[in-house]
Amino acid sequence: MDPHGRVGGVTVADVLLVALGAVTLGAGVLVVTSRHVVRAGLWLVVALGGLAGCYLVLTAELVAWVQVLLYVGAVVVLLLFAVMLTRAPIGPSTDLDRPRIAGLLVGGGAGLGLAALLVDAYRWSRVEQPPPGTAARIGAELFRQWVLPFEVVSVLLLAALVGAIVLSRRGER
Amino acid sequence: MHPVIPYLIAALLFGVGGYGVLVRRNAVLLLMSIELMLNAVNLTLVTADTTIVGVPRSGQVFTLFVIVLAAAEVGVGLAVILRFFRLRASVDTDAVGAADDPGPLGSAADAAAAGAAGDDDGPAGAAGDAVGSPNRPTPYENGEAR
Repeated sequence: MDPHGRVGGVTVADVLLVALGAVTLGAGVLVVTSRHVVRAGLWLVVALGGLAGCYLVLTAELVAWVQVLLYVGAVVVLLLFAVMLTRAPIGPSTDLDRPRIAGLLVGGGAGLGLAALLVDAYRWSRVEQPPPGTAARIGAELFRQWVLPFEVVSVLLLAALVGAIVLSRRGER
Repeated sequence: MHPVIPYLIAALLFGVGGYGVLVRRNAVLLLMSIELMLNAVNLTLVTADTTIVGVPRSGQVFTLFVIVLAAAEVGVGLAVILRFFRLRASVDTDAVGAADDPGPLGSAADAAAAGAAGDDDGPAGAAGDAVGSPNRPTPYENGEAR
């Protein structure tokens, strides 16, 4: 191993990415195949956590922490709330899936097709690690170049909030 | 670092999510599969941030936007699911009728559905349209029954 942490062109980052990617993909497959609704939600936590690890390896620090905070913290909790509020059975359910053939065709086709396309495009090329995506860097980018989308997103959040309230209000005559 | 590795992970994760969207019948599990697809896109954006040369690297900013959009989407999606659950006591997406499906009875069912949808709001009202359709024998609780 040379000082840059490479073994025959494979860097430590590559090894970490493969490991975290395997965890993420395995958990993702369990999310879509699990017979327990609650366990699917918990596997989703593993998948999202693995992705946060991938972001860290790809030097996207801020995104990784936002992922942990928003996805693992908020979105999954919301989903588990929905599982409880809709009185999902705690044990295994047999009626969660449709026949699998269409999903296998489309999902497998999309996944493998995209994978073939990207592998063909990037081969075994190497890139240097970019400067880390710290809060300072992302904040400067966000508020120099992307201020308008940022404001639009805040309006959209407000709209989503109002929409969710209107939808979940009991209809009055 | 070889960018092909995260790209490959993202592509396969997108396929897994797409499989889940098509196969799952439980609406909450459907939302989880959509989250997987969104996260695959996020991973693509973060990886593109490392491979892009020259122009300002903005992939991570886009990822933040997508995360916020996903949070909003989950909020509205859960409101729709809970509304649907209150109407039908089920979260089975197969129980959702097509809103523009008039059903064999035609005008009578349409009129009833229009009446139900008129004072109901949002997608739940649209879902209520198919209630009058006679090929769904279960006596669903619609707008009037609340």
